[in-house]
Amino acid sequence: MLLPVLAYFFIFHYGPMWGMLIAFKDFYPLRGFFGSPWVGFKHFGDLFSGLYFFPVLRNTLIISFLKLIFGFPAPIILAVMLNEVRHMYFKRTIQTISYLPHFISWVVLAGLVIEILSPSRGPVNWLLQVLGIKPVFFVASKPWFRPVLVLSSIWREIGWQSIIFLAAISNIDPELYDVADIDGAGRLRKIFSITIPAIFPVIVILFIFATGRIINDDFEQILNLLNPLVMEVGDVIMTYTFREGIQKLNYSYASAVGFFKNGVSLLLVLTANSIARRMTGHSVW
Amino acid sequence: MARVIGKRPIDILTDVVIYTGLVLVAAATVIPFMQIITISLSPPEVASSFGLHLVPTKITLEGYRNVLRHRLIWRSYANTIFRTAVGTALSVTLLVLGGYPLSKRYLPNRRLWTAIIVFTLYFQGGIVPTFLLVNGIGLRNSLWALILPKAVYAFNLIIVRNFFMQLPEEIEESAKMDGAKDLLILFKIVIPLSMPVIATVTLWSAVYHWNQWFDCMIYIQSQTKFVLQYVLRLILIEGQEEYLADSAAQYVSTDTMKMATLIVATLPIIMTYPFLQKYFVKGVLIGSIKG
Repeated sequence: MLLPVLAYFFIFHYGPMWGMLIAFKDFYPLRGFFGSPWVGFKHFGDLFSGLYFFPVLRNTLIISFLKLIFGFPAPIILAVMLNEVRHMYFKRTIQTISYLPHFISWVVLAGLVIEILSPSRGPVNWLLQVLGIKPVFFVASKPWFRPVLVLSSIWREIGWQSIIFLAAISNIDPELYDVADIDGAGRLRKIFSITIPAIFPVIVILFIFATGRIINDDFEQILNLLNPLVMEVGDVIMTYTFREGIQKLNYSYASAVGFFKNGVSLLLVLTANSIARRMTGHSVW
Repeated sequence: MARVIGKRPIDILTDVVIYTGLVLVAAATVIPFMQIITISLSPPEVASSFGLHLVPTKITLEGYRNVLRHRLIWRSYANTIFRTAVGTALSVTLLVLGGYPLSKRYLPNRRLWTAIIVFTLYFQGGIVPTFLLVNGIGLRNSLWALILPKAVYAFNLIIVRNFFMQLPEEIEESAKMDGAKDLLILFKIVIPLSMPVIATVTLWSAVYHWNQWFDCMIYIQSQTKFVLQYVLRLILIEGQEEYLADSAAQYVSTDTMKMATLIVATLPIIMTYPFLQKYFVKGVLIGSIKG
């Protein structure tokens, strides 16, 4: 029974891992995997001396870092706010609406983002115009492109990611709030002295894991929003690998880039996992 | 409860901030969709005018008529439905067949197999080696290239396995005493008891397939095999409008047709959304217990 599944993993997951070895070869499709000569670390040399890789690595880290700083607290704030709502119908409606973008592909969402930020018709520029500010072509503007990425990814995931924090909040013993009431605590006081401390362990764990993913870019989002005008600030490791490997057919070099990225990623995740285990006694394993 | 007594000004202010904040979050999602729907229904003079387009002032169905007249849209719709149906069926079958033995303590080398599977969550070959492999085994330009390479996601397999592990062993043991074979137990006892988790992974897989486009972009060359989201990408993102219009475009602006295509491609998700939402949320919670 287990055989088909194991066969699948060996072919489609361990196959490509083995295939990564072409990073150490000069791979020519016509000669095949075995016929292509070994070249050792040549492609890694190119990678680290090349002018192209560092800007891309830098963009990846900056964008991920911004998403972490601004994107991580957003669903926590939403969950805490939702928890304060006493009208169940209102709460449900907000939740239902805010989960929606998570189910929609980045192709559609990118189309939506471009439309909403359009200088000629988008509500955002309409608002700017009303306030007397000149319209901005956000998606094609260098200073604005990263904020667009950060905000659109918060917009897509905020509701969805709040679920886990809401679940943590719902585990808080209601008696704590009742005792606080007796002591005369106000709403804000209860948020900061009960709700947030109670879900703090969950926050810490999720933060550590989010940090572990800092080298992974949101490929589907960026590929759909990236355009020639913002290449300099928006090109990331995955879009770069894709261009080099699939479009320009530099298979070996692109595999070296992939190898480097996946190696770092594995290292970060394992580190994050061991930190989380040491700090809180929880880990993904 | 007793929590409402004696509202202080600061508490009222907190309420105002919270409710306003939440309404803004919802508005940020609702407004874009209102605009898309409006543009998709508007005649050219409205669509190209400046200002807010949140409610249609004049309605024309020309945009939709044009989009639905287009053969490529229908063809890609069929391809998407095919990959979603077959891909999901295959995925769920493999998840159940794989999750069941992995949930049994007496499976030889169980920890080893589990580790081999979980490892793929943390380390992958990357797009180029995967691309070469898929082409190498002859799947290039085949719809199977969209189905096979991602047939099982290790995370889902672990979730299914964990669910099976929670089932009470006694029921299966007594069936075994009566001489039932593993497969019979799986189909007659385990699967019926596991419908919540099976529904969840089915929907995860279906939404994944519906929304996926990148694999089509790299593996498929023939237009007749394009999937919906990829056609949408060609039209919306790469601006290849020739995929849209024949010649009827004079009655309707290309933007209107773009937005109509967007709606047509997203409608199935929106229509099944209440149902999707329920099971997805359940899945997040199942996953987080031992996630």
